[in-house]
Amino acid sequence: MQLTINNETYDIDADGETPLLWVIRDNLGMTGTKYGCGVAQCGACSVLVDGVVTRSCVTPIEVVEGSQITTIEAIESDPVGKRVVEKWVEHQVPQCGYCQSGQVMAATSLLKETAKPTEEDIEYAMLNLCRCGTYNFISAAIHDLAGGEGDAQ
Amino acid sequence: MTFDRPASAPQDLPTGAPVNMSRRRFLIGTTTATAGALVLGFGIPTKARAQAANMAPGTRVPAFLEIRPDNTVRFLSPFVEGGQGIYTAMAQIVGEELDADPSSFVVESAPAGTDYLVVGGSMRITGGSMSVRTSYDTMRKLGALARAMLLEAAAARLDVPVSELTTEPGHVVHAASGRTVTYGEIADAALDLEVPDPESITLKDPADFRWIRQPVERLDVYEKSTGKAVYSIDTKVDGMVHAAVQHAPRLGLTVGSIVNEAEVAAMPGVISIHTLPGAVAVVSERWWTARRAVESLNVEWNEPGADADPTARYMPADFSTAAFAERLANETGEGMDAENEGDVAAAFAEAETTLEATYHSQYVNHGQLEPPSTTARFNEDGSLDVWMPNQAPEQFQGAIARMTGLEASQINIHSPMLGGFFGRHFLYPHANPYPQAIQLAKETGRPVKLIWSREEEFLRDPLRPMAAVRFKGALDSTGMPVALEAISATEGPTEGIWGRNPESVDGTAVEGLSGKSYGIPNHRIAQVYVENPTMLAYWRSVGNSMNDFLYESFLDELGDTGGQDPFEMRMKLLEGNTRLQTLLQSVADLSGGWKRGPFEAEDGTMRARGIAMASPFGSHTAAIAEVSIDRGEVKVHDIWQAIDPGSIVNPAIIEAQVNSAVALGLSQVLLEESVYENGMPKARNFDMYPILSPDRMPRVHVKIVESGAPMGGIGEPGLPAVPPAVANAVSTLTGQRIRSMPLSKYTFES
Ligand code: FES
Ligand code: FES
Repeated sequence: MQLTINNETYDIDADGETPLLWVIRDNLGMTGTKYGCGVAQCGACSVLVDGVVTRSCVTPIEVVEGSQITTIEAIESDPVGKRVVEKWVEHQVPQCGYCQSGQVMAATSLLKETAKPTEEDIEYAMLNLCRCGTYNFISAAIHDLAGGEGDAQ
Repeated sequence: MTFDRPASAPQDLPTGAPVNMSRRRFLIGTTTATAGALVLGFGIPTKARAQAANMAPGTRVPAFLEIRPDNTVRFLSPFVEGGQGIYTAMAQIVGEELDADPSSFVVESAPAGTDYLVVGGSMRITGGSMSVRTSYDTMRKLGALARAMLLEAAAARLDVPVSELTTEPGHVVHAASGRTVTYGEIADAALDLEVPDPESITLKDPADFRWIRQPVERLDVYEKSTGKAVYSIDTKVDGMVHAAVQHAPRLGLTVGSIVNEAEVAAMPGVISIHTLPGAVAVVSERWWTARRAVESLNVEWNEPGADADPTARYMPADFSTAAFAERLANETGEGMDAENEGDVAAAFAEAETTLEATYHSQYVNHGQLEPPSTTARFNEDGSLDVWMPNQAPEQFQGAIARMTGLEASQINIHSPMLGGFFGRHFLYPHANPYPQAIQLAKETGRPVKLIWSREEEFLRDPLRPMAAVRFKGALDSTGMPVALEAISATEGPTEGIWGRNPESVDGTAVEGLSGKSYGIPNHRIAQVYVENPTMLAYWRSVGNSMNDFLYESFLDELGDTGGQDPFEMRMKLLEGNTRLQTLLQSVADLSGGWKRGPFEAEDGTMRARGIAMASPFGSHTAAIAEVSIDRGEVKVHDIWQAIDPGSIVNPAIIEAQVNSAVALGLSQVLLEESVYENGMPKARNFDMYPILSPDRMPRVHVKIVESGAPMGGIGEPGLPAVPPAVANAVSTLTGQRIRSMPLSKYTFES
């Protein structure tokens, strides 16, 4: 099976039901995408599938064949992702950092879809868990991104 | 090689080179060495090596510091980074005296070794909120020693007396001639010098501090925002295979037989199946394959036999937390004294009003987002490399030496970034994956990375203890508390992990009931020891995480009985204690002045505020919570918290840590409880064990009060005052007494 990840096409030797997460981490050795729960609860494994945030731990690779997959490793090649990372640094968001690949993915997906998200949009989109409780810092970064620091492209 | 190649535009994928050792540029030229050798080869120059034998921990400069030609400072931290910001704090403290900008630091965890035993000069753990406060002077001195060596080397280079030299960040200045040299230019010569006598060093006047007390940016934020930070679970080594385990459903059971072993062995990708103590494992080229296979194993588990390890805990098939809570509450003993002041019996006999109530705390899980893992690799020379999340490298090294028969010096402990810890990664019997990974590496003859699935983690995560505390309080004629007794039926984490000393109370069982500063003249705090069948653990803020909830909620209950306002009552009880009165006033001021409510908020909801205090880990805190009831559930709108850690290193990190501790405290009081039925945890993942989600996070307002008292901790102290502040607010708002957590078990009317 072939997968397109970060604009690169890979031949994958894995069962079609294998979760995308483990193909990214083990087959391809890209460990920026994290395993937290494996059951779509935490969001640590978030990637973009055709620009939309997706929990890769419950996404079989056979359903994303032919899609454009973006992982955290390529986030700065995306202009929106790049701005998200900049604001994450500016607001000193991460603590342990383990959830943050997923948080950055969720924020990027939101801002790609809605350049100026409302409070409700943000609440609806930013669902990932953070055991370190960085939620207020995430919120500050998102509001900064949403509030006129240049439009999302 | 275990990586698939890209079908187009082949590129170099990670090869298993020592990616865990460093993530920054200056090591790129040194990757021909093995991972272990990178640390061992960490410039030990001749004179310093000759000195090493009799040097105190924290003084052998080359064991900690390497300054590269580009002036980058590589620093090996005695403490492991897990989000608490310790790498940055260390860079600030060492950099301050070294006169090097913390932003020029690249920090990694030190290996195991006596040089790094900087906690009291005899041990180290990353825990107990003690890293900075116990090593502050030592680390400042280390920076100053390094600076002195640089000055000496510069004097030789410039051929001038040391007394004519000064430093500016990153370089030495000879003002008379206008010449400068960068640290990087002279570092090799400097670190080859004998380390001066630490007693000969004068530290900076704090008035001249450039970085300490400043909100210096954390060093790892960019890496953590781009997926570049490397955790244990991300470890890659050449030739590595992956393993997954299935644990016995109850602690103490052993593997009887594997019914379908042949069938699973034939599954594609399965390399081997292994029997471990209380678990079975599958090794594969891929973790997902290993996990699927191991979960397909149909294992018959045996009850422990005559040969069972007598020190190991056994979980009976009829254990339930509901029954255990009842049992704790029905313990009638007087217990062993932790504190006994005044004449408690007489005070109760004389009192006009007394009040009794039993309060409960629940088991809670750590829920750190990175599941436990360990990578183990036996090397050709007989040494062993182990990568694992750990808060105590020497303890793990010692345990592995006992397990394998290797010398400690043959065991290289790697301590990557922690994906959260909260007490999870201490040495716990039956609760760390390293013995399994080492056994699997031995049996397969290959490096093995073992990851526990989240479900296996919930099955073996050791728990914050349960307690039932029988409180008794007495009021004087004005309604003020004059006597308080708290008898806790519980087992402390320390005695649970390390064994019980029947002669004394486990301090970690009662802290937060004990150590209170209130002027209640007659008080007795005691423990009735009740052994648990579960494994126990330290959890962020340890005993305080539950005991401050128990005590501060009962104190409000007592105050209500005496007609006291909770804020005024605490102020009065702290008479003569300027430090804590100031702190209490600070949190009231931060919240715009104390108001208890219930009151109507601008949005029309009815709200109330609760207040509580705590004194954990050498710091003091006071918190106020504002709550309402929304569709039957408690909603927390704001938390105001004042913290007095005596003196500080980084206010931005403190604010972040208080936010983090508030979140965990709220998660505990609102949502968390590890429920056991039939000897097994009901929750095996976050679906059944909800933790605080973004929509439940309140605004958090932090005030740092620097009283100038000896430095206290930061990582944990922000937690304990939060649960009781919330519970007290809820009691005020609803009229319903909150005597146990979590609040999700209660029914409230909106
Ligand atoms: S690992 Fe995918 S949602 Fe948690
Ligand atoms: S930063 Fe640690 S889990 Fe979010």
